[in-house]
Amino acid sequence: MRIALRIALAASAALLTLGVAQAQEKTLRIGTEGAYPPFNNLTADGQLVGFDIDIAKALCDEMKVKCTFVAQDWDGIIPALQAGKFDAIVASMSITPERAEKVDFTHKYYNTPSALAAPKDTTLKGVTKEDLAGKTVGVATTTTHFNYASKTYTDSTIKGYPSSPEEQADLANGRLDAIQDDIVVLSQWLDTPDGACCKILGTPSPQPVEIFGPGAGIAIRKGETDLVNQFNAAIGAIRANGKYKEINDKYFKFDVYGGES
Amino acid sequence: MSVTATIVERPPPQARGWPRSRLIGYALVGVWFAFGLGIVAYLVFAWNAEFFAKYAPAYLKGLGVTLSLVAISMVLGAVLSIPVAYGRMSKNHFLSGLAYCYVYFFRGTPLLVQTFLVYYGLGSFRPELQTVGLWWFFREAFYCGVFAFALNTAAYQAEILRGAIESVPRGQWEGAASLGLHKLQTLRKIILPQALIVALRPYGNELILMIKASAIVAIITVYDLMGQAKLAFANSFDIQAYIWVAVVYLVIVEILRHAVEWIERRITIHLHR
Repeated sequence: MRIALRIALAASAALLTLGVAQAQEKTLRIGTEGAYPPFNNLTADGQLVGFDIDIAKALCDEMKVKCTFVAQDWDGIIPALQAGKFDAIVASMSITPERAEKVDFTHKYYNTPSALAAPKDTTLKGVTKEDLAGKTVGVATTTTHFNYASKTYTDSTIKGYPSSPEEQADLANGRLDAIQDDIVVLSQWLDTPDGACCKILGTPSPQPVEIFGPGAGIAIRKGETDLVNQFNAAIGAIRANGKYKEINDKYFKFDVYGGES
Repeated sequence: MSVTATIVERPPPQARGWPRSRLIGYALVGVWFAFGLGIVAYLVFAWNAEFFAKYAPAYLKGLGVTLSLVAISMVLGAVLSIPVAYGRMSKNHFLSGLAYCYVYFFRGTPLLVQTFLVYYGLGSFRPELQTVGLWWFFREAFYCGVFAFALNTAAYQAEILRGAIESVPRGQWEGAASLGLHKLQTLRKIILPQALIVALRPYGNELILMIKASAIVAIITVYDLMGQAKLAFANSFDIQAYIWVAVVYLVIVEILRHAVEWIERRITIHLHR
């Protein structure tokens, strides 16, 4: 009887110390896509790199937590968050009302406009509904660009792709008249040999907030308000202490944060 | 006169009460039953009339695309499988080697890879395809899907056909030859009617596999059933989008299964006693 009691005490003590140790070394799992350069991308040897990754690392340092990264296909990224595969999505996810029904968002950590690219020898003059009437536009599905394209270019054929590289390949192959994506993602691709075929056609204007949202935020499971507040504080901190600008300048020649909102 | 007792092996009598194997059996069936009930309950609780009204027409359209894609591919594949099966059974080493390589490649690589190679791979040869005047065909995602699927299913169907023809005993060929029938007549009137009974089930399986595999075309921008489900999910972030599509596939497969069973009962009437 006494031995059993001792074992039970020892076990509970061990559990307690373990719990304390875990609280100190809290690990946050960050989900990202890995197919959206320069924001997040998988290198040939399987490393995640990009603006999102560096921002997430800076935020984790600021919040004094250890972070690990999980690469997850874009289509399943919200269900994977809800299923607890990771604790936060830092993947250039635009803050939209539909998404906000399923997850909570932090403040934006950047905001860049949506743009269209087309072959260099295109006959297209602009990016209005009339300009693109009867044309084929490629967009990655489950994105704000896709929602905008399918609501705006109703006289065009909208083709949905699993992610940006496929839509870019198909524009280069000549199956598409134009593609719509984030201007930074498009510019990065146009600078590579594969993107030499094409150019920026223009940026649609206006870019309605009800479709594009205020910018890209970090998605957290519903109800975890503490984590949202921590992230918001950390975003404010790295904006103030120059860390954000350092990362910004590493990737871009301009300020991707956009106006204060 | 001695009477030799014949020993007849009978199955053991049914055990009474609750032996362990029976308990485990009931428990396992119970688990599956609960699982099925859970899905049904989920669908009932999550029933969303708005979702249904909004996306049901799109699903129907997608269903049409899926069915026509599979139907066209199956028919083209069946036509293409005849020369391939002939090559596989040929005594000519060159022909049989060629047919073997074809079947080996298309059965040995994932359909997903083949579809990608046709759509994105051939797509990067646009100037060459334009000069030979084939670009109009490979420009369309639907045609690319049909092309890849027909080539793939032709390999499987060729093996089904070959296996079925080879399952008919040699004596049938020899008997027909002794009656003075030439080879083509023998094949058409004697061998194929027997072989196709054997082939029916594998053909049914291949059709079911194709229906399910056709979901792959959603990633090369064809809005088939799966493509429409992805769209619905993209707009609603509601997991129901995928549950409903699973139900639709399940219903199609169930219908096909019964259809194949019905056909088999009809064409084997002469074998029943």
